[in-house]
Amino acid sequence: MKYLDEYRDGELAQRLAREIHRLTTRPWNIMEVCGGQTHAIVKFGIDELLPKQISLIHGPGCPVCVTSLEIIDQALDIAARRDVIFTSFGDMLRVPGSTTDLLSVKAKGGDVRMVYSPLDAVKIAEQNPAKEVVFFGVGFETTAPATAMAIYQAARKKLPNFSLLVAHVLVPQAMEALLSSPKCRVQGFLAAGHVCAVMGFDEYLPIASKYHVPIVVTGFEPLDILQGVLMTVQQLESGRAEVENQYRRAVRREGNPSAQELIHKIFRVIPRKWRGVGEIPESGLGLREPYTAFDAGIRFGVSSHCVEESPLCQSGLVLQGQIKPHECPAFGAGCTPEHPLGATMVSSEGACAAYFRYRRQPEPVAA
Amino acid sequence: MRLIFATGGSRNRWRLNEMKEPNPIEFSGACPIPISQYPNVMMAHGGGGRLMHQLIGKMFLVAFRNPLLDAQHDAAVAELPGKKIAFTTDSYVVQPMFFPGGDIGSMAVHGTVNDLAMAGARPLYLSSAFIIEEGVPMEALWKIVVSMRDAAKNCRVQIITGDTKVVDRGKGDGVFINTAGIGVIEHGQNIAPQNVQAGDAILASGDLGRHGMAIMAVRAGLEFESKIESDSAPVHEAVLDLLKAGIEIHCLRDLTRGGLTSALNEIAATANRTLLIEEKAVPVREDVHAACEILGLDPFQVACEGRFAAFVKAGDCERALQILRAHSPNASVIGRVMDERSPAVYVKSAIGVQRILDLPSGEQLPRIC
Repeated sequence: MKYLDEYRDGELAQRLAREIHRLTTRPWNIMEVCGGQTHAIVKFGIDELLPKQISLIHGPGCPVCVTSLEIIDQALDIAARRDVIFTSFGDMLRVPGSTTDLLSVKAKGGDVRMVYSPLDAVKIAEQNPAKEVVFFGVGFETTAPATAMAIYQAARKKLPNFSLLVAHVLVPQAMEALLSSPKCRVQGFLAAGHVCAVMGFDEYLPIASKYHVPIVVTGFEPLDILQGVLMTVQQLESGRAEVENQYRRAVRREGNPSAQELIHKIFRVIPRKWRGVGEIPESGLGLREPYTAFDAGIRFGVSSHCVEESPLCQSGLVLQGQIKPHECPAFGAGCTPEHPLGATMVSSEGACAAYFRYRRQPEPVAA
Repeated sequence: MRLIFATGGSRNRWRLNEMKEPNPIEFSGACPIPISQYPNVMMAHGGGGRLMHQLIGKMFLVAFRNPLLDAQHDAAVAELPGKKIAFTTDSYVVQPMFFPGGDIGSMAVHGTVNDLAMAGARPLYLSSAFIIEEGVPMEALWKIVVSMRDAAKNCRVQIITGDTKVVDRGKGDGVFINTAGIGVIEHGQNIAPQNVQAGDAILASGDLGRHGMAIMAVRAGLEFESKIESDSAPVHEAVLDLLKAGIEIHCLRDLTRGGLTSALNEIAATANRTLLIEEKAVPVREDVHAACEILGLDPFQVACEGRFAAFVKAGDCERALQILRAHSPNASVIGRVMDERSPAVYVKSAIGVQRILDLPSGEQLPRIC
């Protein structure tokens, strides 16, 4: 397929891998921030092409995985109500809360619907004036503009029956939280290309210089990721710590100003709890006045939920890059995609799910 | 009369696929699926993935257990005096009932004909049971019936018995159809997962994933512009041609719910064999591939309604390919059976690295970004 197959070319991949091998002289820990990158790495086996000295650490970049148990429980509470049509992205439906998940709520009679766009939820609200329609807004800066547009349209149309349960999170703040931890092993980042397509990459400049880490804005296809790793290794080996853009076909330095403007119009920056990580200041988006009228947490009185996470699940350490998924004692035993203990096992972008799907039997057969 | 009752239809195959589990528990009367896990049936219990296999393996197979059930094939094979017949059944609940490239009526004929074909049978007779929701427009029902009639004529089968039920409005979803089919087996080959052998070539009978994506494209709330038409079609002629040419067929499996991934994992488990697939060799049309990329779906897991995987003796691979290509130009050799005696499916990725091709957990859930 055009614009896709070119970035999955086996020979070019091998050539990039050889170049990485040639340049690498010592061990490096590189974190890919985005869950989409993690998925591609494991699906295509990209890490197996890399030298043993390079360790890819799977970062907290799956928004489904980092959504806190509290907000998921709020979602489950709202979705179970009779007068509600609850909508969200597909990935979100299977994420376990404290006792159940959205698909189970649906099986018991809740009206839970998967949508591809928040604007579809607005449409559903228009078509069902007697129902409360709630959209569960999850994602990084990538999906935030679409959620913002839904609120903007709902406000313009004066839809009284539409509301938003907002769980949006911000990437640079999470990277900084990781880097400031004394346990941090990360020496270089592949930044999330899609996030930067919206936000640009100026906000990474102070991080690169403050923590002296190379940050390479990287795409999602095998050649993108290999080239991103190559550019990071080049920087690491030469002692540089700069922000570079591998994903030039999609990302401009300034990002998408209209999308940014919309985000700022609808949302304000707030502290946000990350599942498995804890609260990170200024790492989330909440509705700004006058749009707080659309806040589902307030409308349904669920904002005060407070819950503990499973002590068996070490997804927090996985998300922080301190252990690999299969190093968690629950991996594949108490925790599987059918019965996930933590969200990293649920989402197709979650590091644990990716390992479970593609890596359970470690020894591949001889070809 | 020896009756080898092997399985149900492809949409809901009664196959025990959890090979790693010890002997299935005896049916004691207590529900074998722990209530704490799933107190209610979920959509994923019919999705072709791990949960559906668990439901079938732990509930249906255990409850109806008999020594003949373990063959786990698309159609049961029964011996009557002087004749060997294949028997299968399948239910059709597709929404919307009319979709690009077909409708629930033609699909109800093709699906059951194809299940019979997977035993190498020549399809002869079908039954047809309708469950109709009150309020369905008579014109729509007639359209479905005409479509069934034409499909049956085209497949040279007759619909010789049937049943009609009407349920209250809101208690059904338009029209549900069940068809059962009987075919005659005129060959002496043993076509069954247990017969898969090391070195066998694995062929796909055409390009994959068109049916599932055609349905996705028109499903409420997900409309996107597409020219993808369902691949719903009968495949028995292709199978009969393979048999006529003397191709040594070890196993056939149609690629319906759960797509190629489910079919290969089921066969690997039943045959206790390791399969290796070349990702680049699997034929997927460009628009199907593009739609899957956009929606975050895996084309290997998307359902087809007129495609099958054939396991044939390595030496017959080229001839088999030519015969399949005469029916569908995109038929391809996609992999082979390895020497290892362990149930696993591997795929060699586009960049040349091997990974597991695992069963989907439940329904495919699209990525969010």
